[in-house]
Amino acid sequence: MFRAQVIIKRKPSILDPQGKAVEKGAQHLGLTNIKNTRIGKYIEFDVISNNREEAEKEVNEYCSKLLSNPIMEDYQFNLIDLNSYDNK
Amino acid sequence: MKPKFGIVVFPGSNCDHDAYYVIKKIMNCEAEFLWHKNSDLKNCDVIILPGGFSYGDYLRTGAIARFSPIMESVIKFAEDGGIVIGICNGFQILLEAGLLPGVMLQNISLKFICKDVYLSVENCNTIFTNGIPSEKKSLKIPIAHGEGNYFATEEILKELINNNQIVFKYCGPDGDLSEDFNPNGSMMNIAGIINKRGNVLGMMPHPERACDPILRKTDGQFIFRSVISNLIKNN
Repeated sequence: MFRAQVIIKRKPSILDPQGKAVEKGAQHLGLTNIKNTRIGKYIEFDVISNNREEAEKEVNEYCSKLLSNPIMEDYQFNLIDLNSYDNK
Repeated sequence: MKPKFGIVVFPGSNCDHDAYYVIKKIMNCEAEFLWHKNSDLKNCDVIILPGGFSYGDYLRTGAIARFSPIMESVIKFAEDGGIVIGICNGFQILLEAGLLPGVMLQNISLKFICKDVYLSVENCNTIFTNGIPSEKKSLKIPIAHGEGNYFATEEILKELINNNQIVFKYCGPDGDLSEDFNPNGSMMNIAGIINKRGNVLGMMPHPERACDPILRKTDGQFIFRSVISNLIKNN
């Protein structure tokens, strides 16, 4: 079994008003060095498979068809092999 | 002939009853609710995807509704030339389903905006707009959304312009177009678009909320009346 850790970010060309609003909060806190705040999503799930290649294929499909919208978002993911993790 | 409208009900739809009421009582047509888990469109002539918050707007607006069983039928219906109208959340679902190009971002103000706006009719040769009197400078129809900031890549935008697919733009009462009348940051003030074939309309404003004379605004009727007279003419 694999654990997938997916990060979805808005494409750099797309404005992130939420990130901008949150950054204003940083300024109110006096954190003047904080710049370029952008808010994305973190999604975690398991893939029941012992084959990394097959698991990657399925995660890619999940990410591109449902979890992200390729017009405005990019995704990246990590796949952790839970079986080998248990053996350690 | 009385055209029959099917109004899809997703979990979280909340403008479905308004659409049903307007079609049946104001426009005097047949109306039927279509539950999202079914795939039978019950021989409807027009499908309306109503406004609301389907699936709680989880993930992205319209992203999950797009995979409802009924949507497979709606996509096929649209590909065969059937008339589909997506209003607000319905528009967002059409974008996610790929029946219309582009995507909706959060309103630039980050606020949910609920107010009357004015729309200029940018293409009066569609089945949704050819019944709008030419002397009308604008249509007064309300919006109610948090994600209505239309975005598309430059190529898509070019295509929309070249094919005359932009149907409604946010404008002033006299039809004047400027950024001042853009409520949500939408590219080129876009409020509504059609597909290339011209049988699928997506619009953020709610025409069903501007039909009953008791509300003292009836411009939404022009859109439904256009569709109805085109259907009657072709039968």
